[in-house]
Amino acid sequence: MSHIHARFKLDWPGFSLDVDLDLPARGVTALFGHSGSGKTTLLRCIAGLERAPGGYVAIDGEVWQDADRFLPTHQRPLGYVFQEASLFQHLSARGNLEYGRKRAKGVMGRAALDHVIELLGIGALLERRPDQLSGGERQRVAIARALAVKPRLLLMDEPLAALDLARKQEILPYLERLHDELEIPILYVSHSPDEVARLADHIVVMQAGRSVASGPLVETLARLDLPIRLGEDAGVVLDAVVEERDTQWQLARAAFASNADASVWVRDGGHAIGHRVRVRILARDVSLALTRHSGTSIQNILPGVVAELADDTHPALALVRINVGGAALVARLTRRSAHDLGLTPGSIIYAQIKAVALIG
Amino acid sequence: MGFADADLAAIWLTLRLAGVTTALLLLTGTPIAWWLARTRSGWKGPVGAVVALPIVLPPTVIGFYLLLAMGPHGPVGQLTQSLGLGTLPFTFWGLVVASVFYSMPFVVQPIQNAIEALGERPLEVAATLRASPWDCFWSVVLPQARPGFLTAGILGFAHTVGEFGVVLMIGGNIPGVTRVVSVQIYDHVEALEYAEAHWLAAAMVIFSFLVLLALYTLNPTGRRK
Repeated sequence: MSHIHARFKLDWPGFSLDVDLDLPARGVTALFGHSGSGKTTLLRCIAGLERAPGGYVAIDGEVWQDADRFLPTHQRPLGYVFQEASLFQHLSARGNLEYGRKRAKGVMGRAALDHVIELLGIGALLERRPDQLSGGERQRVAIARALAVKPRLLLMDEPLAALDLARKQEILPYLERLHDELEIPILYVSHSPDEVARLADHIVVMQAGRSVASGPLVETLARLDLPIRLGEDAGVVLDAVVEERDTQWQLARAAFASNADASVWVRDGGHAIGHRVRVRILARDVSLALTRHSGTSIQNILPGVVAELADDTHPALALVRINVGGAALVARLTRRSAHDLGLTPGSIIYAQIKAVALIG
Repeated sequence: MGFADADLAAIWLTLRLAGVTTALLLLTGTPIAWWLARTRSGWKGPVGAVVALPIVLPPTVIGFYLLLAMGPHGPVGQLTQSLGLGTLPFTFWGLVVASVFYSMPFVVQPIQNAIEALGERPLEVAATLRASPWDCFWSVVLPQARPGFLTAGILGFAHTVGEFGVVLMIGGNIPGVTRVVSVQIYDHVEALEYAEAHWLAAAMVIFSFLVLLALYTLNPTGRRK
């Protein structure tokens, strides 16, 4: 399997970066962390925009940088999307797309370019100048521009951070399409748990210039010992399949494990039966009970087994990982509830899920 | 009535001097401006100050030192003599060299400001789109900083046309070789030929006004962005 290998050590006044990462060169890998954690610097080092003496970057064994050589950015087969779209003001949207396309080795064919244009929905915007585009449109053109160089690796530095919520919602579906339809591996820098939950397959958690956790998204989010506290955003993401649709109530049943109990009812997103979807369940939306309650508004009550308990951010709170048919859920309780219920690893419980978000 | 042959010769010489000087200034000033705009070196201050010196120094001071340097015993003079070029003072090329020094800040500063205003980001974007630094200069920096280059060219040209003190020090007053318009006007006034002086002086006023008008209308800073 192909890999991205990146190793950097930087010591700047007031900031240091020390990472050694071996990442899968497929799907979306989120570099996640608070601002100042070094994720953008890491991305810039990989791109060669920041010179890190002694660093090492290789994609599929093709070395971009090691002790002896430093491939300048313009010779690295990458695409880069900056936080602000940074379109060239003197060129039209099409001119921006063509700028990189005609300079790239192995020019992207007309059909492939049209596919990218269609994927990002910018066909009608091509003759406009950057100042005639909205923020979201500019960023979509910038993403297409980065793809038009046929990169072997796409680097995205918080491409949504400079946009307001409505513009974010406008672009996220396009990013999901990239994820679903393109073969190009993406490194995606973000400090937004929501974006990461929607887009990433793999996550690297950064803190103070170091990688403090790295692994597949689903497994990593279910860890209770994540060194970075997610607070209200703590929760799990599950890959699921639509198994049943209830047309009367506009609900769909998403199964996330082979076990018949391991499925949740969600708002019907219009996905066909058999479609793969992703659901996100926040720890604060899961409560636990020792018996199955009736007479409750909660629709999703799943039997499970307590796997692990851990402290949460506030001393009154605890996080509990529950095994439901082979998949993991995380619940947030007060420590008093956990004590009163007598929860220990192995306890049989019912997880009552108040809200499930279907995220693509 | 209008311009005498001597006046026309002075005008032609002035335009030729300003044209050659501007071309050389854009060639030499651009790398200097580029370096000044992007360097983090401690030399930025001193180099910037040296480039800006002609703004504050009396032209006679610059002319004096250039005369010494380019004269038969100065370092530049020794060099030009050893190359078989003779010495530069009192020649057209001597004036060109002096004008390049004298007008340098008027070319460097607008270009430097334009490149600084551009920032790092467009250069980084170009690099991620496979443009080499040289390619990036022509395809991104030049088009985006064009108002700065235009201003630099116009100011360099106009400032060279308007110089007087340096010309007198370096070039003297040789008809057709170093007698530019400003010197010609001085001669007319010395000889009490006020009518002739009027024609040339009025031409200079109109020319300068048109240059500045071009600067402010072609290049309205503030409207862009």
